[in-house]
Order: sequence, then structure tokens, then C-alpha cells
Amino acid sequence: MYTTKKECVAMLLAGGQGSRLYALTHDMAKPAVPYGGKYRIIDFPLSNCVNSGIDTVGVLTQYQPLVLHDYIGNGQPWDLDKQYGGAHCLPPYQTALGAEWYKGTANAIYQNIAFVDRYDPDYVVILSGDHVYKMDYNKMLEFHKKKEADATIAVQTVTLEEATRLGIMTANEEDVITEFEEKPKHPKSTLASMGIYIFTWSKLKQYLIENENNPDEDKDFGKAIIPNMLNAGEKLVAYPFEGYWRDVGTLDSLWEANMDLLNPNIPIDLYDPEWKMYSRNPIMPPQYIGADAVIENSMVTDGCNVNGTVDFSILFEGVTVEAGATVTDSIIMPGSVIKSGAIVEYAIVGENCVVESGAQIGARPETIENRDDWGIAVVGHNINVSANAKVLPKQIISENI
Amino acid sequence: MSSNRSVLGLIFSNMHESTIPDLTKERTMGSVLFGGRYRLIDFPLSNMVNSGIDEVGVITKSNYQSLLDHLGSGSEWDLARKIGGLHLLPPFSHVQSGMYRGRLEALYGVWNFIKTSNADYVVLSDCDVITSIDFSKVVDYHIETGADITTVYAKDVITSEQAQNATVFSINDDGRVVDVLLNPHISGACNISLNMFVLSKEFLKNIVLEAASKSLYSFEQAILQGRTHEYKIMAYRHDGFFCKITSMETFYKANMSLLNSDNRSKLFPENSPVFTKVRDNPPAKFAIGASVKNSLIGDGCIIEGTVENCVIFRGVKIGKGAVVKNSILMQDTVIGAKCDINNVITDKNVKIGDMRMLTGSQNYPLFLGKGAVI
Repeated sequence: MYTTKKECVAMLLAGGQGSRLYALTHDMAKPAVPYGGKYRIIDFPLSNCVNSGIDTVGVLTQYQPLVLHDYIGNGQPWDLDKQYGGAHCLPPYQTALGAEWYKGTANAIYQNIAFVDRYDPDYVVILSGDHVYKMDYNKMLEFHKKKEADATIAVQTVTLEEATRLGIMTANEEDVITEFEEKPKHPKSTLASMGIYIFTWSKLKQYLIENENNPDEDKDFGKAIIPNMLNAGEKLVAYPFEGYWRDVGTLDSLWEANMDLLNPNIPIDLYDPEWKMYSRNPIMPPQYIGADAVIENSMVTDGCNVNGTVDFSILFEGVTVEAGATVTDSIIMPGSVIKSGAIVEYAIVGENCVVESGAQIGARPETIENRDDWGIAVVGHNINVSANAKVLPKQIISENI
Repeated sequence: MSSNRSVLGLIFSNMHESTIPDLTKERTMGSVLFGGRYRLIDFPLSNMVNSGIDEVGVITKSNYQSLLDHLGSGSEWDLARKIGGLHLLPPFSHVQSGMYRGRLEALYGVWNFIKTSNADYVVLSDCDVITSIDFSKVVDYHIETGADITTVYAKDVITSEQAQNATVFSINDDGRVVDVLLNPHISGACNISLNMFVLSKEFLKNIVLEAASKSLYSFEQAILQGRTHEYKIMAYRHDGFFCKITSMETFYKANMSLLNSDNRSKLFPENSPVFTKVRDNPPAKFAIGASVKNSLIGDGCIIEGTVENCVIFRGVKIGKGAVVKNSILMQDTVIGAKCDINNVITDKNVKIGDMRMLTGSQNYPLFLGKGAVI
């Protein structure tokens, strides 16, 4: 049925720099960082939207948006090229009163109230572009409606240590949130916000405007909007989510979340036809595994050419691993070449790098005396690692060596 | 295209189906699966798009559901256009019962479409030849030589069996076709037609309309052969890698030839990508215990066994301990644990249970039809 009203519109916060991904987000926003062999992080929330029946998604961009805008394009890979609705990139813009950057997550939505209002939605789901998970937002919306909530926050139980880095709340047995604290030093609970919110739009709009008019407040959901709603006695409920959910905001967590895909005991199944993950597919021939290749426990995609040893690794499109090269426990991003005799271990190699013969990137933890000196080695995008050069564990390379 | 001339592409999706009846039972020649993730029509279609042709008509006859499904709006080839773009041309009841007998009748059947195109030149191609070719160079050659018809050929050594589905040219020193043999009883080195032709739209109009009035339907017989000396038929030599499908055996060999990296780099040059329908498969996964050598692997495969010298299409699953050699497994084939598979071609969705042993011979691979369960 053709209607100009949408029950629920998604707003996807994708403007973050992701500074803790260092060299990997030098030229691209975090949501555009490659993940899982043929995806970028933003494919997960976008595919979740489509699979949940949400066909209108505003993507709020700000930091280094070129790659991201190019990637999203008209939204066609996610079926989000719609006559009405679909995917829209929303960077900051100029108005008659001047121009402003997005000053925070809440301000980004505030500046796009007109976009949301075009669709006259009853609900808005707020998502972030730096998490890997499969979630049916429609089930969360049903929960929101059933609880007659003003806001619903998806939550997961985390460790006490993780709790200090997240928005932590206390909820009663009716799932009603009684307390909320952003990044508490001494967490009172381990119920953490996943950064996924559903708001009744009329309520959210009201709080966004109030927040904007108060110059002393942070323009942020966790720091202002949620506490303000709670203090004003609005009904906020916690929606418990059991499935796999991973923040990929650090190099370690990005590496681990990729490795999770190779672990059959971890419930993030990309092969489930009922919940397909969509992405902008490269136009490349199928991968070729050569006569000298030894390949096990890995994920490899179109355009790859593997003639060396690949173990516990993820190769993105168009990667070449020459005969005599070894790639283990590593992630090699699109278009990179690992030449004969090079060794890549416990590493992330960015897009379009060349690792020359005899170079060594990273090392196995058991080969390092002091375990504190060990960590993932990282090579940024478009970098040449010359013959016999070494990238030590924990080292992050952002220039040719 | 370099100049401002405009070119219309026309693809015959049904020609040569009888050469591989097993694979074309429920589909057109153009929708036969090839090379791990492609359909045969992807090659002529991508060649046209990469040559700057942005208006393409696909002529179909029967069994075209899978073709329509594959092509969709043409967006994957950048042909979902307001101006030009992809046009699917199912049989039109204008001629006979709508079932054309040959190329000329087919062209007459879609003449109303061709007529409305603003193109000056028309490139015709079948789907039986897999190659990477720049049609703009063929059109250049056509214009430079002042040809009435330009036909693309390759020098090749063929068997007598291959000759049974070939058009063979004798060419003089000026590159002009002086003799045409259809399906001759010969073997050895010869100039074989790659079934790609260039004509001006005006010239095409003349021969198609004339042929219709004389009930001539075969372009090869009535025009190439019948008018060899009357028309200036020039031969454009294509030197690149190519495979011509004339039988199950050549189909098998054509797939296997992609295991050669030289051939692959010629068929998939970097500046000339081969477009196909996107399936949104995840990457292929190689499990612990997998061993893969000298094989092409499509996305979405899960490989737990051993694979050697194979072309494995998207979404194939190979169970633990299974050994698959010298085989072509098409989309979504499932091979059970501990199977032993050698010289086999499976069509889409074939399911083979655990511990089965299936062996074909090298020149006669065992074929399992679409959806077969063993």
C-alpha cells in the first residue's frame, strides 16, 4: 500500500571518527571500516533495518564521509532505493542562521527533525554505526508498544569492567528503568545500553528541543536525553537482547569480532538465509585457490588469489597471498597483496597495501617474552611494507616503511 | 565509445541451445551457469557495456524465465536507464507463431524495437562464446573498412565435433570473407566465427526486411553464405582468450580453462569487469580440515572437505571428509560427508547424501540435472 506515513523511521548515527581505530579511520568514518570479509560495519544496522521491515533510514554523517557516502549511494544494495523513504545520507548543513557541525548524538537528530517529520512516524529507532549484531528491531518495537513506553533501550548484561565504559541502568522486574548512569566509575549494575533506542517520536522531539534550548547541557542521548526523560518521570524500559552484539570501536575488538566469525561456537551466523546481511558487492571474478595453497579455518571472498598459507584469517575482496607467504590469525582488507615469503600474524592489514617479500607483520603471543608488549599489529590503508621490514606487535603503521 | 556515434547491442539468448541440451532443458543458452558465479549472457552483455554500448536488446525465444530473473532491470550492468538501457525482447507474434527459425526472423520479429533506436550501428552477439572483447574496436574496423557486414572470428584448431557447430570463413589478404562453410566436416586450424557481427542499422534494415519478404530466416545461410560476393563482408580477428561452447565436453573444458591464471587475467582484465547478478552471499568459509587446491570458489560456499581442480559455484556446501576432484558444482549443490566425486558436473541445487561415490570420465563428465537428489 502506498502511503506517505511511516510507522517507524531509523536514524543511524554514522558521523563518529572512531579515533581508537587509529590508522584505519584516518580517511574514513568508523561505520565504513571493512568487517567480516565483504562487509563494512554499517551493513549490519542497515541490513537489520531492512530485515526488520524498516525502509526509511537517515544516515547521519560528519567525519570523513566520502567513503561512506559512496558506499551507501542510493541504498540499492540494501533495497533502500525507494520512491518514498529509503536511505538518505544526512551530513550537517547550512541554514539561514549559519552552519553548525553536529554537536553530539542528540544534536544530530535535532538538526534533522524536519527529515523525520516528513514521514510523520509514530516511532523512531536510533542506531549507531559501530556495532556488529543481528537484531529484529520490529520485535523491539512490539515490546515498546506493549510496555506503552516513551523510550525503550536495548540492553545486554556485561562484565563490571565493561560497565565502566557504557551507559548502565537499573530496571525493575517490569523492565522499567529506574536509574541510568553514563560510564559510571562504580557501576551499580551490569545492565548496559547497546546504543539502540526506540522513542515515541512526539516525546523525543520535545526533549530534543528542550535539550537544544538549554546551553548548559551536553547534546547527547546518554548524557542528557535519557537522564532528562527519566527525571521527568517518562516511562523508559529496558529491552533485553540475548544475541551476539559486539562493539568494534577499538583495534582489539575489531580483530576479535572478525575472529568470532571463524569460531563455530559464537552465535553470529552470516550464512542464515532468514537474516541475510547485505552489502555493496565488488565486481570481481570468483576467488582462486592455487595448487600450492594451504587454507583452513578462514573466510575468503571474490577476487582473491591465494597460493600461500592462510589459517584462522579473513581475506577481503581482491586480496592476493602469494606462494610462500603466510597469513595466520589476521585480517587482510580489500585489494592488499602479501608477497612471497612475507609473514603476517595476529595483524590487521588495511586496504590496498603491499607487503613485500620477507616482511614480517605482527607475531604470535607465545613468541613474546613480556605479554604486555604483545598486541595486534596494524598496517593502515594504502601502505607499502618494504622487503624484510618488521611491524612489531602492538605497532600501528600509518606510513610506508 | 570514442566518438559520438551510437551503437545498439542485440544479444541472441537462445542460439546454440541444442549443443548442451542437458543444461538448456529449463533455461536459455544465455542463462547457463559458468565460471563459478556467472551466466553465459554476462560475457556479451558486459563486453557491450564495457565497450560503451548503453542500449541493449536481449532476444529470447523460449525457456526465458531464468534469464528474466537473472537480468532483472539490468541495474547490475548499469543498464537500468531512462535513455537506452536493457530491453528484454520475448517472441513477438508478428512472425509465424512467434517462434523464429533463425536470426533474420528473430530480428524481423523485434524490428519495431530496433526501428525506434537512434543507433547508427548494431552489434549482434550470441551467448556461446566466452571472451573479453572491445566492440568499439570492431565498430571502428567496420567503419574504416567500409564493410557492409563485419564478422568477428578467431584462429583456432578445432575437432571435427566442434566443427559441427561452427561457421568457418575463408578470408583473403584484405581481410574480406570469400567463402563461408556452415557446420563443415573438417578439423584442424581454421577461422571460426565467434558469432558476433557489426552492421549499420540501415544495412541491417535492408537485409532483414528483404529476408522477411523472401521467407529467408538464416543469417548465416542466406546472407553470409548466400551473399558472400555481393556484400562486403569483412572479418575482424579477435586474438584474446576465448571458449566456444559446442558440447558438454567443451563446456566442461571451458570451465576448467579458468583454473589457468593466464586465461583468467585475459577473461577478467582489470579495466573490463564481468558484471553479474548479485546474490549477497557471505564470503566462502574454509573449515578446519579443509584442503583446497587449484580451484575457483564462489562466495557463500562452506567447504569442510578436499577440493582439487574444481569450479565451485556460489553457495555450495562440501561435507567433512568428502573429496571432490575435476568437477563443476553449480549453485547451492550440497555434497555429503565422505563422498568421493570425480569428473562430475552438478546443476543447481543437486543434493548428494553422505558417502556416495560418483565418477565420470574426463571426456564425458557425469552430469546431474537441476535439483537431483542422490
